[in-house]
Amino acid sequence: MYVAVKGGERAIENAHRLLAHARRGDQSVPELTLDQISEQLGLAVDRVMSEGSLYDRELASLAIKQARGDLIEAIFLVRAFRATLPRFGASEPVDTGAMRVQRRVSSTFKDIPGGQILGPTFDYTHRLLDPSLAEGFVPEVPATAEASTAATPRVTDILGRDGLIESSPEAEDGASVGDLTREPLNFPADRDLRLQNLARGDEGFLLAMGYSTQRGYGRNHPFAGEIRFGEVEVEFFAEDVGFAVPLGSIELTECQMVNQFKGSATEAPCFTRGYGLAFGQSERKTMSMALVDRALRARELGEETLAPAQDEEFVMSHSDNVQATGFVEHLKLPHYVDFQSELGLLRKLRKEFAEANTPDAMKEAAE
Amino acid sequence: MNAPAYNFAYLDEQTKRMIRRAILKAIAIPGYQVPFASREMPMPYGWGTGGVQVTAAILGLDDVLKVIDQGSDDTTNAISIRKFFAKTAGVATTTSTHDATVIQTRHRIPEAELNANQVLVYQVPIPEPLRFLEPRETETRRMHALAEYGLMHVKLYEDIARFGHIATAYAYPVKVNARYVMDPSPTPKFDNPKMDNCAALQLFGAGREKRIYAIPPYTQVVSLDFEDHPFEPYRFNAPCALCGAENSYLDEIVTDDKGGRMFVCSDTDYCEGRQAAGHHGSLSAAPYKEKAGSHG
Repeated sequence: MYVAVKGGERAIENAHRLLAHARRGDQSVPELTLDQISEQLGLAVDRVMSEGSLYDRELASLAIKQARGDLIEAIFLVRAFRATLPRFGASEPVDTGAMRVQRRVSSTFKDIPGGQILGPTFDYTHRLLDPSLAEGFVPEVPATAEASTAATPRVTDILGRDGLIESSPEAEDGASVGDLTREPLNFPADRDLRLQNLARGDEGFLLAMGYSTQRGYGRNHPFAGEIRFGEVEVEFFAEDVGFAVPLGSIELTECQMVNQFKGSATEAPCFTRGYGLAFGQSERKTMSMALVDRALRARELGEETLAPAQDEEFVMSHSDNVQATGFVEHLKLPHYVDFQSELGLLRKLRKEFAEANTPDAMKEAAE
Repeated sequence: MNAPAYNFAYLDEQTKRMIRRAILKAIAIPGYQVPFASREMPMPYGWGTGGVQVTAAILGLDDVLKVIDQGSDDTTNAISIRKFFAKTAGVATTTSTHDATVIQTRHRIPEAELNANQVLVYQVPIPEPLRFLEPRETETRRMHALAEYGLMHVKLYEDIARFGHIATAYAYPVKVNARYVMDPSPTPKFDNPKMDNCAALQLFGAGREKRIYAIPPYTQVVSLDFEDHPFEPYRFNAPCALCGAENSYLDEIVTDDKGGRMFVCSDTDYCEGRQAAGHHGSLSAAPYKEKAGSHG
């Protein structure tokens, strides 16, 4: 019995020993190294870094190994570690316009300054299982070319030149950056907190929410203005020296969705923005995030709010998979005490029901 | 390891038969959305799996296949689907509208007139024209059954009240054979008149939403409008910069980040055909050409 007052401790110990054994699997198979995970399961690492809110490939790889490939468990491990780290400030906003682009596609224009760059992508692969991967597989040397020096202006900036899209809100100088990991969340929440919540939010949840907007639940027909993936510099303003110093570079995926807006009494019709940003190559995540971000702006833009994806409180309260999994899985914990009281009540109610429906009682009621 | 083996045109014969039955029903009831048991295809839902399944079900050994995306034979998705059928069915492929017997399309109807020996297969993302007015399928099915299309007219009327004209630029609703309101898939409304009384069979496949519908040859297709606000196909007021065409649908191409723009035919086959016949626009060279032999 897993509840036994004595013996529980040994049961837990044994369970964890068994888990370690199961995690390792057949010991005649070579053990996974962190490098193998980081290099060959790169997109899993990217997802764990994004939703774990910690940019560290090695720790994310370790978490994936320890979690037996369960990514939500790995995200949980990373989050729990991250919570112990001191926070010494916020970086300068990264300039994604200056990104060293590995991939960049726009579905709004046939050609764009700087060009469309497919980069490493599953797009247009036919999903036919490839038996050659089962054995030792040496990929062909990739085609290379001189890195282009052409500027790659953001597509939304090109639209912005003609005033066809709403301008991006500017950050107020000196305004502090909201952080829902350090402050309690209040509704209505501002867009910075919403975007932070979505960036940490579960990819599957955001995908379903974004999908629902495309299928008509809070419709706002979007175009993928641009999706870009590459490396950007992170800078930090150091008070001591009085200027921004580079901290290093990180890989990011950014998605700008272009959405319709019919205008209002005071504003001419123009396109509106939905925004997504995540660590590593996370296209599904950033696209979903951009769809939901735009849906959550419904009230601000004076649109009807009827669908789940437009409901800020609903989305923000349920997007976090570490919170969600904890509460769903808490149902595994003992509930004997409250269950016992329910059981007692139910027995009482059934008894009363039976008494009220005996032939005698029925006769009485009829008279 | 069991190396997977695939049938002609990927789908097994049972599945093709099921799809053909749905197609026959769709042809018998023009514009009606026939549910079908869409399969998982080796490309993502929403990328043309409905069109690919319809194409796979009707393709024969002698067919000549053309695939276009946004009017172009050269866009990545068109190339990918064309390669898929070249590989799994071994059929001849072409970029010429005239030479093709089956044309699978996303977002355009070719500029050249189609003939009775051709089938146009549309990829459809959202087959339900009422979806954005009513998100529930149970409701929209009922509305179709009762031919209750007032809501659509109200939507168009609201546009007119607000903007002075109907503000739907693509996926413009049509009425087929005076009965069903149908989504023509996200073709620009410029293409709607091409659907009316067309010699070719038009088939529509929506894989993710599991629907097939059809317009048989020489069937009436009317774009919804009002007597005092008649339907107008929209077109940029510019000739094609490459072939000078005055009557084709145009794509806008951004040439720099200082406001530079050019307009060219989205139907690349039509445009190249005109250029080969000696027509020229203001810019004779295409903005980007793949170098010959650069992909080995």
